[in-house]
Amino acid sequence: MLGRTANGLYWMFRYIERAENIARLVDAGLRVALTRAGSSDEDWDGVLQSAGVRKAYDQVHDKLTAAAAVDYLLRDEQNPSSVMSCIDYGRNNARMVRTALTRETWEATNECWIDLKTRLARQAKPTDLPELIDVIKHRCGLIRGAFHGSMLRNEIYNFSRIGTFIERADNTSRILDVKYYVLLPSISQVGSALDNFQWESILRSVSAHRSYGWVYDGEYQAANIADFLILKVQMPRSLAYCYEKIVSNLCYLETDYGQRHKAHDTADAIKAMLKRGSITDIMDHGLHEFLEDFIGRNNQLSADISEGYRFYQ
Amino acid sequence: MRLAFDEMLTAENHPRPPYKTYHDWYANQDAAHLIRKTQDAENIFRRTGITFAVYGHADSSEKLIPFDIIPRIISAREWRKLAQGIEQRVLALNAFLDDIYHKQEIIKAGRIPRELIEKNVAFLPEMIGFKPPGGVYTHIVGTDIVRTGEDQFYVLEDNARTPSGVSYMLENRETMMQMFPELFTLNKVQRVEDYPRQLRQSLSSLAPPGCKGRPRVAVLTPGIYNSAYYEHSFLADQMGVELVEGSDLRVIDGRVKMRTTRGYEAIDVLYRRVDDDFLDPLTFRPDSALGIPGIMDVYRAGNITIANAPGTGIADDKAIYSYMPEIVEFYTGRKALLENVPTWRCSEPDSLKYVLEHLEELVVKEVHGSGGYGMLVGPTATKKECEEFAKKLAARPGNYIAQPTLALSTVPIFVNKGIAPRHVDLRPYVLVSDKVKIIPGGLTRVALKQGSLVVNSSQGGGTKDTWVLED
Repeated sequence: MLGRTANGLYWMFRYIERAENIARLVDAGLRVALTRAGSSDEDWDGVLQSAGVRKAYDQVHDKLTAAAAVDYLLRDEQNPSSVMSCIDYGRNNARMVRTALTRETWEATNECWIDLKTRLARQAKPTDLPELIDVIKHRCGLIRGAFHGSMLRNEIYNFSRIGTFIERADNTSRILDVKYYVLLPSISQVGSALDNFQWESILRSVSAHRSYGWVYDGEYQAANIADFLILKVQMPRSLAYCYEKIVSNLCYLETDYGQRHKAHDTADAIKAMLKRGSITDIMDHGLHEFLEDFIGRNNQLSADISEGYRFYQ
Repeated sequence: MRLAFDEMLTAENHPRPPYKTYHDWYANQDAAHLIRKTQDAENIFRRTGITFAVYGHADSSEKLIPFDIIPRIISAREWRKLAQGIEQRVLALNAFLDDIYHKQEIIKAGRIPRELIEKNVAFLPEMIGFKPPGGVYTHIVGTDIVRTGEDQFYVLEDNARTPSGVSYMLENRETMMQMFPELFTLNKVQRVEDYPRQLRQSLSSLAPPGCKGRPRVAVLTPGIYNSAYYEHSFLADQMGVELVEGSDLRVIDGRVKMRTTRGYEAIDVLYRRVDDDFLDPLTFRPDSALGIPGIMDVYRAGNITIANAPGTGIADDKAIYSYMPEIVEFYTGRKALLENVPTWRCSEPDSLKYVLEHLEELVVKEVHGSGGYGMLVGPTATKKECEEFAKKLAARPGNYIAQPTLALSTVPIFVNKGIAPRHVDLRPYVLVSDKVKIIPGGLTRVALKQGSLVVNSSQGGGTKDTWVLED
């Protein structure tokens, strides 16, 4: 496979994953605004931070308002991480690697783009937002479904999956990092109403508020939430799960090519760290420090992969 | 203008023989049903992403080429005649290219002026004395043909560089078979679906002599922003070969190699869809980011096949076009089976004078233009447009040729009120290796505007599925 094709697949799936995650973030943000008496536009500060676009937002807006933040996250062309930008980049990458995709996968991607381009052509009315977010998630789900149902399990599949999970690990760690202080044990062990509310919002951002209940008997506890999103291998958006997948896909490539790269060592080390770790240790050594370190190592892995597999000239 | 020849209906509104079955079928169709089918077709094209980019259009960078659901039908007899003429012409084109890059006998014989070749930008001195693998210059040709009567066909243009549109030929057929399967049991239509396989075979068979094993073929595209990108990816996909960009390729140890996830791997045959100018920044345009530095050295050393060969543009140049009857006769020893459209070379003073005096009857084209840009269609142009064009013409006469406006044949298209005749042309596709293969059919382009003669997709033209019937 061409290095450029591997690169295109990797980024196609990173962008589609990101689009969906941004939609989840907006969804969680809207939920906060709905349920909290006296909610303020400032709630969107955290959402923009989680999306990694807080500073960029200030460059185009004087004031932080809910409506402007939602619009910026969903459809602003100047925001490289807006849902529309992600879908645009994702589809452009898909066009570039068109020959590596099945017809189903390409068409699901193209239809997602066609549909969202129309729906996101103008600012959405607040009453239309829930449906809009559902459509975004639905469309991304269709791409994933077509991909899983029709693609050969070969190198094409591996690079696509690696892109998906590096992006997802990045998203989950950022969401946690923005809110890490509400999870610190020094604040409280048993949640106040406000804590409960904050914690639920974190879980909602990764669509895990229901599944949490199944794993931890319902009670919100800071350490459990951190454990769920970092170390729980059963949780499909946890860092541990992402690294299970990344390592196994890299492993397929290693066997297939008979070549091992620096990326393999980097990934193995991160996976081992997550496997070894206990949430008490992580909390004791500092959750924020842990997450910062993780984000850096995740980025390093991305760079190692693009070098090892000759993504660029 | 004379009344155009309609390919489906006679003056008495009777269907001509090839259309008989289709016409009967059509008479039994419900209009609402066909309108729905037209929308279905558009949805298929949009979802599949069969789009092209129109340069200079800000509103939307991707457009669909309108597809008309009424096929254009050609009888086996008509096709045989056309195919013979096309084969003769394509063989002459290759012989001509071989000659002008070697002995130049046609110039020595005084049949073509020397300066027309040697001062032509499409003539590449780098190709002098070099014989491409198998002696083939134009691996893929698209011969543009128009019809004006029952048995009158003219060649409008020989596209010998990188003719495009073949993906539409294939997708149009695919769409028709999906929408109207019954039509293909009622009519015996010759297959076009084999084109990608034949293209790959044809390209593989012309791999460099040193190539061992199965030749590695790749399609070279300028990238996703090129207007024909869809076609490039489509062909690579259908042939099962890599789609590469210049940045994927590098000359290493005298071979052209592509950067893969496993390392650099050599390519034997490159079906390039970039122009000569951009192919090698070391040889041609130094600012080209689309090409591969040093590929011309590899080519000249016989270590890669480039299809079509660099420098083939000299054969389809509009200034050369007017000499095609002589060229065909010179190399095949027979009169050309297919006629040329009478052409005035504005570089010749007498012709220029005539053209300037008859602008409103003529079509004037730029010698190096394509895509319907920069041309004047006299009969439909305003007085002001004619006057402005006359100035350009007088300033650089050598840049233009002129032709009479032909009464292009019409084929009906489907409109909400029923059917209405529109002008069409035809581009059959030809593959050249040790033999010449002509795909039965081709791309029919249709001017959707009533009375319009411009069929180019960039100027509001559409396409039709083209059927060649079996005997």
